[in-house]
Amino acid sequence: MTVIIFLAIAALAVAIGFLGAFIWATKDGQYDDTYTPSVRMLFDSVEKKSEPKIEAEKGV
Amino acid sequence: MNALVEVEEKLVCYHCGDECPDDSITLEEKHFCCHGCQTVFEILQDNNLCTYYDLNDNAGVSLKAKNFEGKYHYLDENNIVLQLLDYQSDKLCKVTFYVPAAHCSSCVWLLENFNKIKKGVVTSRLNFLKKELSLSYNPEEVSFREIVELLATLGYEPLLNLDSTEKNNSKNTLQRSLILKIGVVGFCMGNIMMMSFPEYFHLDLKNSIDSTYQKFFLYFNFLLSLPVFFYGASDYLNGAYISIRENINKTTNIFSVDIPIAVAIITLYGRSIFETFVNHTAGYYDSLAGLVFFLLVGKWMQQITYNYLSFERNYKSYFPLAVKVIRENVEMFLNVMELKKGDTIIIHHQELIPTDAIISKGKATIDYSFVTGESDPVNKATGEIIYAGGRQKGERLELIVQKPVSQSYLTQLWNNEAFLKEKVMPTTELANLFSKYFTVITFLIAASAGIYWSFFEPGLFWNSITAVLMVACPCALTLSMPFTMSTTMAIFGRNKFYVKNQGVIQLLNEVNEIVFDKTGTLTESNSEKVSFEGNIQSSTLSEYEQKLLKTLCLQSAHPLSKMIEQSINIPNFQSLPIDYFQEFQGEGIEASIAGNLVKLGKEGFVKTSHKQNISHTHSFIEINGIEIGYFVVETTYRKDWQSILSNLNKSFKLFLLSGDNDADKSKLSQFLKQNSLFFKQKPQDKLEFISQQQKLGNHVLMIGDGLNDAGALRQSDVGIAISEDIKIFSPACDAILDASKFGQLADFLKFSKISLNIVKASFVLSLVYNFIGIGWAVSGALSPVLAAIFMPLSSMSVVLFAVGLTHLFAYFKKL
Repeated sequence: MTVIIFLAIAALAVAIGFLGAFIWATKDGQYDDTYTPSVRMLFDSVEKKSEPKIEAEKGV
Repeated sequence: MNALVEVEEKLVCYHCGDECPDDSITLEEKHFCCHGCQTVFEILQDNNLCTYYDLNDNAGVSLKAKNFEGKYHYLDENNIVLQLLDYQSDKLCKVTFYVPAAHCSSCVWLLENFNKIKKGVVTSRLNFLKKELSLSYNPEEVSFREIVELLATLGYEPLLNLDSTEKNNSKNTLQRSLILKIGVVGFCMGNIMMMSFPEYFHLDLKNSIDSTYQKFFLYFNFLLSLPVFFYGASDYLNGAYISIRENINKTTNIFSVDIPIAVAIITLYGRSIFETFVNHTAGYYDSLAGLVFFLLVGKWMQQITYNYLSFERNYKSYFPLAVKVIRENVEMFLNVMELKKGDTIIIHHQELIPTDAIISKGKATIDYSFVTGESDPVNKATGEIIYAGGRQKGERLELIVQKPVSQSYLTQLWNNEAFLKEKVMPTTELANLFSKYFTVITFLIAASAGIYWSFFEPGLFWNSITAVLMVACPCALTLSMPFTMSTTMAIFGRNKFYVKNQGVIQLLNEVNEIVFDKTGTLTESNSEKVSFEGNIQSSTLSEYEQKLLKTLCLQSAHPLSKMIEQSINIPNFQSLPIDYFQEFQGEGIEASIAGNLVKLGKEGFVKTSHKQNISHTHSFIEINGIEIGYFVVETTYRKDWQSILSNLNKSFKLFLLSGDNDADKSKLSQFLKQNSLFFKQKPQDKLEFISQQQKLGNHVLMIGDGLNDAGALRQSDVGIAISEDIKIFSPACDAILDASKFGQLADFLKFSKISLNIVKASFVLSLVYNFIGIGWAVSGALSPVLAAIFMPLSSMSVVLFAVGLTHLFAYFKKL
């Protein structure tokens, strides 16, 4: 039954991992703006068409 | 006529959605209302960014009547830009702009793709709620001014004023540390509860294997409780320590509510450690973690504010950042705070006078309406002194500075002591007032329980004392206030009444006097209505007469002419030919238009038979020597203002302090007593009036809108700024009321009373819980399991009671 002790420690270790992730996210400022990401995620990724134009500008 | 207009299909601007006057501006079968909108479309099209229009129809910001010519030249000055930057190096600069025009997902998309429009911009990120755009750019490739000008061209003009140079990020870090604490304590609470589960279901201690596990779980819980006590509860322990020290030093006799909380936390922790290491039985770690967790959540609720609204603005948000100065014959831009006596400054049309100065060149026509509430512009000639805060209308001025900005006549108001001290917020006061009695009573009960048991069963002595101290924690009590108040705040916010913090709701309760400002508060701002009154022969103007008058008024820059001109609507209007035009300062204007002599002006300038109630807002018309009638300019009062005033009159004493002249006195005296109407009030007068009323023991609510009310708003117990657009400037205040909800003011005042009663009701409920808990505690029967169930349950039920009741009342009151 000592396996229970091992299990409890392992479970806590996993939970501490998530706590670490939470602390990192907070310090990184992810909770400073909780609204804009919800808008941002709806945008499609950049269209490829625009690339030649930028290169043309660089050429000049 | 009307039917014809309706049949015509309305042309809507592809960019901003405004109606187009005609179809003259068209590109690729898309119509635009103005060239500004068309330019934006072209820029977006060139950069392949037309997704902007796919996300939302007509997403753009209207660019009509926007002119940036020369407006941002001061941004070429390096020392001014430096004050705005967050970070600066040779290759990279970072800046945060406040962009009030951002309003939809298209805006987010465009502003975050800003690096594709402007070469040199590296990243760009928008915080939509705060409307803050963070940009980083390469200063070698693009200048600060170019970025600002392009943003302005696109319709997202960043707000740059004296306030922009002051950065504060302290609020963010404070909020972050609280979130971290809640997270860590929540983590510990969950794990402690899990580890306590065997205890809850009565571990079989006679079984030798089970009892070894029990030890393991106990030490495990002890480890998990360390961060709860030393990290999560640190604020409460520190607060209690400071409060006790202050009481000993006799600097205050207020008992902070942190003291009873800290007593409970320390007893819980001490008793738990004792149980763990001496008795080897279960402690109260789960109760402790739950208690701290709830307290922190309550604290977090208390800090929730509308972070996209600013309640702390002063003249700095109104003043420009820089002004053109001539010093030793060199023209340059200077931060207005650096102005010295004797500097020569140059002010153009629509620019603000930053400080008291003497006119050395040019004729001043200054609009002080925002500062004083006075609607007529003031004319000043060379050599006269003009005061800070006015806006020049008309020609270029050269002024000689008389005083530095911080000492000018206008800014002096902010040196008043009302601005120097913080307003006392009653939230803490009420809780602190009550915590003294609470602590004393708790200790008395604990002591008498201890004395009782020391005679009858000494074994229960420590048990009962600690149990009383643990269970009598004012946790539920401290929770009911923040939860009720934040729910009330949310309900008010839903109704477009934004209060600064929870204390304001309590202060609203005590109000017994209401002071109104007139211009912009009782009247709508910028809503002067021009109406024509004909003489007996003709009550309306013929179309030809309208054309004549519109042509005449177009020639003059006087505000009255401008208003009259705008009030005459003629489709496809074209000016008639003018042979002669002359403006008589302060009298009127006359012109010979298409062979007709047209005169418009004051009585006396134009001969008139009209004799009744002539005021300065009357402009008489004479065409070819014949009196036609007159225009009268009236300010429009807010809808239902009469019913609101008579409604409030029943329960409050009402006053009116106006910076304007007393033209409307008779109109207002129907609803307000003659002796409570005050006109021509300077900002300082308003402030002093309110402080006098407060000295008489009254609690004053001030409602105003402009800078002229800033002092009064600050001095009053509750200052409400009324605003047509809540994101645009409003002076420092305790609450912002959307102008459209002015009619509900009385409802808000009533509801704040209800919510305070709800708080009182939940106080009673939590006291009932405390009695039950103390009943168990004095009998020495409070087991760890019972505490772990009872303590969070009482807190939660009080919170649910408070929040539920508030919502219920809001539903009944239709808020």
